[in-house]
Amino acid sequence: MSGHSNYEPKTGFERWLDTRLPVVRLAYDSMIDFPTPKNLNYWWTFGGILAVMLGVQIVTGIVLAMHYVPHVDHAFDSVERIMRDVNYGWLIRYMHANGASMFFLAVYIHMFRGLYYGSYKAPREVLWLLGCVIYLLMMATAFMGYVLPWGQMSFHGAVVITNLFGALPVIGPKITTWLWGGFAVDDPTLNRFFSLHYLLPFMIAGVVGLHIWALHVPGNNNPTGVNVKSKEDTVPFHPYYTVKDGFAISVFLIMYAAFVFFNPNALGDAVNYVKANPLVTPAHIVPEWYFLPFYAILRAVPNKLMGVLAMGGAIAMLFLLPWLDTSKVRSMRYRPAAKLYFVIFVVTCLILGICGGNLPDAHVIPGLNTFQLGDADLNSMVWLSRIAALYYFAYFLVILPVLGLTETPLPQPESISSPVLSHPANAPAGAAASPEKRG
Amino acid sequence: MADTVVGANPEHHAGGQDPNRRDFIHIAAAVGAVGAVGGLAWPFIDQMNPAGDTLALASIEFDLGKVELGQQVTIKWRGKPLFIRHRTGKEIAEAIKGDTADLRDKQTDEQRHKPGKAEWLVLIGTCTHLGCVPTFGGGEYGGWFCPCHGSVYDTSGRIRKGPAPKNLEVPDYAFLSDTKVKVG
Ligand code: HEM
Ligand code: FES
Repeated sequence: MSGHSNYEPKTGFERWLDTRLPVVRLAYDSMIDFPTPKNLNYWWTFGGILAVMLGVQIVTGIVLAMHYVPHVDHAFDSVERIMRDVNYGWLIRYMHANGASMFFLAVYIHMFRGLYYGSYKAPREVLWLLGCVIYLLMMATAFMGYVLPWGQMSFHGAVVITNLFGALPVIGPKITTWLWGGFAVDDPTLNRFFSLHYLLPFMIAGVVGLHIWALHVPGNNNPTGVNVKSKEDTVPFHPYYTVKDGFAISVFLIMYAAFVFFNPNALGDAVNYVKANPLVTPAHIVPEWYFLPFYAILRAVPNKLMGVLAMGGAIAMLFLLPWLDTSKVRSMRYRPAAKLYFVIFVVTCLILGICGGNLPDAHVIPGLNTFQLGDADLNSMVWLSRIAALYYFAYFLVILPVLGLTETPLPQPESISSPVLSHPANAPAGAAASPEKRG
Repeated sequence: MADTVVGANPEHHAGGQDPNRRDFIHIAAAVGAVGAVGGLAWPFIDQMNPAGDTLALASIEFDLGKVELGQQVTIKWRGKPLFIRHRTGKEIAEAIKGDTADLRDKQTDEQRHKPGKAEWLVLIGTCTHLGCVPTFGGGEYGGWFCPCHGSVYDTSGRIRKGPAPKNLEVPDYAFLSDTKVKVG
């Protein structure tokens, strides 16, 4: 998409097409000849995996839409009909429902990869921002998709999430009524969610196009974080990365298939097989696993508006990240202190996920009642999520900005081809990787 | 633009002077385009607001005779649950006792029922936090408990604990007779 092209049309037809619509050239330059750092590891294969999962969701989704009925009286039954009567309907629905989970699993790994290797730093800020936009669109799509089967969790999840907007002062209630198209989550809401659930994945596909465009301008980052300096540092995308990505995609699909065929409801909530009843909220309402960390942050704050703002802020951090991290060193391979904080950050996100899946007053360590402080039971999920939420924000707002100014990074290699001396793992025995003073 | 073309209107102004006729055409065209797009955008936004038939389903009548003392009936009104609670003397006494407590959303029990009808409490059954349906009999105030994020309401439906900011809403309603109410 950018720079010099090595494509040479071979046949007369290709030459004819190339002067009219150079699509073959575009494909050749971006998927075959594209110079790619030669040291990309398996964490770099999740982009390809994500593209495949988007395709799977779109294909299975379009098929589901042929049988699904977006009406409060029929939605639940139509999904049950897909499961029982439509030929292979069970397969297609399980692929779609589990596909959403796999999609999020892959995107989280993809994002943590970016976080660790500093892929959001100059000159890749726009690439990172587009990724954040894709993530937002994915969340909106998955949320609305989950409403469609019109089970108890679908319905009450929709109530809670749409009510989040009601927390905004003055305009809040107007926005919720507007989103609902009525006085409660009801038929108009289901209809518009179906319409948007159909639309958004195609918008995601569009933003993915921009994301890849923005990738192909500066080129891939790599595990050393050091810029590509010469041709020595790269290999053509095909066959090196088509094969590596292909292998990773195959392994990922095997795991996905294991869920679809052997435990298709493991990631879902049984309560969603009960038809929506607006008059009774299930005893324990939880969102799908991929939203749990944000749900925990929402509940960590005792005030309604502040809780909503904290949850939104948690996502906003990702958008601000390129300007919050002050370190010029991209890869945390050469930032020992940052590496430690990063590991704690990953654990924190997992803890938030666990907190979000449990009742707020549930004990973290069962059977222990000694951590009472006045009214508060410190041995509770709420308090754990408060501490974790604090670290989540501190990581972005304090640690990354300050660390970049105070730490002493390890020496970076001259180029991708010469990391032997500075990669701690490759240092010859006896020679400390970094004899100089540390920060 | 046009002012660099040879033979262009020699009176064409330099920046900062009164707009001439050509500027006027540009401005008018731009304003017209923005106005047209803006005007067309509104119908596309407003179509998502409640439709006429949704607005029309506004009121219902309910026969209180069906609710025994100490019972609560939940009916659907405008797609939302509506609690109709026949309060016992004990519940009323507790609600009145709560009047003097440190309330988040200050209201006396008196203000939450119709005069002389303390035994009847009519409430919109959606938690003022994020809209779940609270269950009666939970929480330490003898009223409602919201399973979603743990808001606790007293026997008057007032918020006492948890993240919800407001009391359970009392809808517009009126007694048509001693045993019949009209809501909405
Ligand atoms: C970004 C891609 C997509 C994601 C993450 C996604 C996610 C979801 C989720 C989580 C559900 C609920 C599954 C369940 O528990 O039953 C769902 C349902 C559904 N989706 Fe999608 N979806 C995507 C793309 C699409 C597309 C392109 C269509 C095409 C029309 C579609 C049509 C449907 C239909 C009809 C249902 C209801 C049937 C059911 O619940 O299984 N989806 N989607
Ligand atoms: S919805 Fe009731 S406490 Fe959150």
